[in-house]
Amino acid sequence: MRAPSLPRPVLCRPRLAALLLAALLAPSLPAEADTVVPGAAHAFDYRLQPRRITDGVYVLIGRTEDFDTRNGGNIVNTGFLVGSSGVVVIDSGPSRRYGEQLRAAIAAVTPLPVVLTLNTHAHPDHFLGNQAFPAGTLAALPATRDAIAREGEDLSANLYRLAGDWMRGTEARPPGRSLAPGRLHAGGRELELIALDGHTGADLLVLDRASGTLFAGDLVFHDRAPTTPHADLDHWLAALERIATLDGVRQVVPGHGEVASGTGLQTPLRQTQAWLRWLQQRLDTSAAQGLETNEVLALPLAAEFATIAEAATEYRRSVLRLYPQTEHKALQQHGAR
Amino acid sequence: MLSITPLTAHATQPSSGPTTPATSTATSPENPNTADPLNSPRWDELRRAWLGDAPAEFDSRVQVQAPAMAEDALNVPVRVDASRLRGQRVEEILILADFNPIVRALSYSPGSAEPVLGFRLKLQQSSPVRAAVRTADGRWHVGGTWVATTGGGCTLPSTGSASPEWQRQLNHTEVRAWPRVDGGQRLKLRIVHPMDTGLADGIPAFHLEEISLLGKEAPTGAALAVLRPYEPVAENPVFTLDLPAGVVASGVSGRDNNGNRLTAELRP
Repeated sequence: MRAPSLPRPVLCRPRLAALLLAALLAPSLPAEADTVVPGAAHAFDYRLQPRRITDGVYVLIGRTEDFDTRNGGNIVNTGFLVGSSGVVVIDSGPSRRYGEQLRAAIAAVTPLPVVLTLNTHAHPDHFLGNQAFPAGTLAALPATRDAIAREGEDLSANLYRLAGDWMRGTEARPPGRSLAPGRLHAGGRELELIALDGHTGADLLVLDRASGTLFAGDLVFHDRAPTTPHADLDHWLAALERIATLDGVRQVVPGHGEVASGTGLQTPLRQTQAWLRWLQQRLDTSAAQGLETNEVLALPLAAEFATIAEAATEYRRSVLRLYPQTEHKALQQHGAR
Repeated sequence: MLSITPLTAHATQPSSGPTTPATSTATSPENPNTADPLNSPRWDELRRAWLGDAPAEFDSRVQVQAPAMAEDALNVPVRVDASRLRGQRVEEILILADFNPIVRALSYSPGSAEPVLGFRLKLQQSSPVRAAVRTADGRWHVGGTWVATTGGGCTLPSTGSASPEWQRQLNHTEVRAWPRVDGGQRLKLRIVHPMDTGLADGIPAFHLEEISLLGKEAPTGAALAVLRPYEPVAENPVFTLDLPAGVVASGVSGRDNNGNRLTAELRP
């Protein structure tokens, strides 16, 4: 037996990995021409309206859509907490423009300075607004910092392709400061930082103690199908179990979709759980039956997800990304039965 | 043992729905049509290059399924089903992607197997993906579907090409059979191979070349079916094949374009 003659350069790998990640995140066809009239007064205005959900707690709820040239990437929830001495920002949005407009919206609410800007995880709609905030305030879990430093430019390039000119001037800016789970006092607010994973390799949750507001990041989706480009379903489901046991949560701000409170407090968590369990079972059952990927794609969605935004699209993406591994595992089980 | 309930020997196309992959739509086989339903500017050239002077028609009985949008251009799942060409022996299924720098992706001679095949493809850009099916009378029956992708699939180096591990695993083959409701079998095989296209800088073309499905009389008997993959087949290929009732496979054997051999037995 003879191996191929030329050495195989290891240098190629990081580029491949980054391109792959960018490709996996790409949610739709290449961007069409921007529909906004250049130079118009309203051009590239996200019309951000911070909503006060309780004392000192504000959220900006994005559309439950895919990235496109109309929404400019405003498909994500961000938020901020106003304390006695400063402001804590939770996620900076999909672009430099979004970050700048978020900062202006904060300034319209309070004259206090931004003292901490958190990125819950390394997906581009959650950190590409970082440029608008003082570099010294940017903070994230260590693995999130690494991922943004490693893949940020490719993820940013991908959003340029999807959202077009809304992205102008946007560059990935990795946070310089690492966060650890536990209590953190910032701006006069007492925060509980919770470090989990499953949606990505590192997912940060922020619980504002005074108001009982949990910023759950993308571990929790509400009336919007969960995205899985970097997901580990087992870890994600374990993280949701853990979230369900947290004390002192009175309202939940999901990464995508409406805020939940009162009798509906658990709804986003349960929805996300139901989707992930169903998806995992669909993949496992299909692989155990020997189905080919296109046969799995052709199977119908469960009726309970009929009202969940982007369900068909996310099902397709999740099957395309996750089924090869499940299929391989089933293939290895031959002779075991 | 599980049965594969969604499968039948002549699977009907799933009804349209939000998750249904795009499917070929061609004209009636009774009215042979040579106008490309996918409206690709390259079709005439491809037909001349790959199908030669043999008669060719678009035929809705040749079904090609692939996702209409594939974010991962390195792994586009493709399923071809020509089992509706009943009563006509299928000699060859040729997979072509119009806008790939290497157009021909795979040739499958189903022999004693069903004229059905699943595999994953690398796409360089959005492209029609075709299956040209040659029947014993020498005619080509062509089906296809468009796949949109962000691209780059053919000019990227394989993951394996960057890994120090790949040589130890090269050509490691896994194969498994499932019973089908019609009494036949579904087979899947996966082979560890970088499937380098030769289009990434400094990395020569290195791909599987021939894989034979062996019957009980192996190694002396003729192969039940033969796969000939080319460069655009995805890294670490997985092939899904179907056997009719009464045809029993014992394993696979094959080689790549550098002469490295592979072999695997199928356990009952």
